[in-house]
Amino acid sequence: MSKVFCSSRAGLAVTALAAALVAGCATTANPDDPLEGYNRAMFSFNDQVDKVAIKPAAQVYEAVLPGPLRTGIGNVFGNLGDPWIGLNNMLQGKFADGMSDLMRFAFNSTWGLLGLLDIASEAGLPKHDEDFGQTLGRWGVGEGAYVVLPLFGPRTVRDAVAMPADMMGNTPFSIDHVPTRNTVTGTRIVHGRSVLLGTERTLDEAVLDRYAFVRHFYLEQRRYKIEDGRQERMYEDFDEQSGAPANVSSDRALVAPAQAVGSRNRQNVK
Amino acid sequence: MKYILHLFRAFLACLLFAGALPATASADKAPDLLVQDVTNEVLAIVRADKAIQAGDTKRVIELVDAKVLPHFDFRRMTMLAVGRDWRQASPEQQTKLTDAFRTLLVRTYSNALTQYRDQRIVFPPSRFAAADTRVQIRSEVVQTGAQPVGIDYMLEKSEQGWKVFDVIVAGVSLVTNYRSSFGQEISRGGIDGLIKSLEDRNRSLAEQHGLPQGEGGSGA
Repeated sequence: MSKVFCSSRAGLAVTALAAALVAGCATTANPDDPLEGYNRAMFSFNDQVDKVAIKPAAQVYEAVLPGPLRTGIGNVFGNLGDPWIGLNNMLQGKFADGMSDLMRFAFNSTWGLLGLLDIASEAGLPKHDEDFGQTLGRWGVGEGAYVVLPLFGPRTVRDAVAMPADMMGNTPFSIDHVPTRNTVTGTRIVHGRSVLLGTERTLDEAVLDRYAFVRHFYLEQRRYKIEDGRQERMYEDFDEQSGAPANVSSDRALVAPAQAVGSRNRQNVK
Repeated sequence: MKYILHLFRAFLACLLFAGALPATASADKAPDLLVQDVTNEVLAIVRADKAIQAGDTKRVIELVDAKVLPHFDFRRMTMLAVGRDWRQASPEQQTKLTDAFRTLLVRTYSNALTQYRDQRIVFPPSRFAAADTRVQIRSEVVQTGAQPVGIDYMLEKSEQGWKVFDVIVAGVSLVTNYRSSFGQEISRGGIDGLIKSLEDRNRSLAEQHGLPQGEGGSGA
């Protein structure tokens, strides 16, 4: 199955790349996003796929299954991911968190009825969010360019490289029966999408450029997760008339370094 | 797909940003208590109000106007969203930008509040000293089977009490997230181009939701 999937994905990538080159859009260069032309084309392609296939499926799923059952399904998928999360916590040196993740898996797989119930959270073992891309980040691997993958959506090059490991790690046992495996994968995708129904209108309405918004959100959130929220936030004061703000030396520590650089460049051009 | 899930889950949480902070005597209240009280008060109202749950945009905007807006410093939020180009804007342009951005934020995120059902919000301890004039107050939306989504409020002390100037959802600053798209608009059509884009968006939102034009946030 994955072979077919891969080759069709590659085909889509080529198509989108060609479309991007034809469009040849030269928007303001963002240092994080040298592939912006291609990325924008792939972003709208993914949007189309969502519109015609994934979102309608999620709407049916939400309409047909009762809420508690959907929660249970989400818990099962969450539970299957916990050992991989724990391993990544340990690879990052966070042994206590890693142990907690493994205990979550043990509790929820047994007393939680194969993960249907998330009793570990109630018992004071909170769910974490780790993956191999974050582990690489903690090890000092740079993130590389921002890239929108076909179907999978936003990644950095580093996270895209880590993705195969994450996909395998999130499925601790392999299912040999192909129809069953496809059903599980499909349910996972549709469930994931159904969680988001009802919130997307806010995103659509609130932003001027969805692409730029999602890009910034992804990059900033990845950086935040890799640091586990430890970095301090700096805010500049653009009301000062003198030009250089007092904390100019801390420019690099800004919440949005990329944007700061971007606007600096623009000023230089003027 | 997994990433998009996280993104949107974060935005689901973001709905609750609108739900923070009430209008009661705040000048002397500690910032963490302020955030907790407003959040709890607004969510209690939403939980009890069938019209809001049914998606009554006008009603939820009234609620946000009354309880939430007084605690936000929208001028500072707009300045941070615009970035360096703020210095090139005239005072009139700055006022127009602030008004348009406030209207956009209030309309869109108030709307999201209508999606709130029964998620539990907890307030992990926020560390700050009594003398601090800028604090980060934490809150978390608890969801079963997933990591809690953090919603942090950045507040600064002013003569009118503590004012929120940024909301950080799942580690991402709501305000600076606008900076690159604002920058694009400015490089395309200048400050006035950005003002026009924001006002156009607000107008079409008002038509969609049947709101009177120019409404959506009284001065703060």
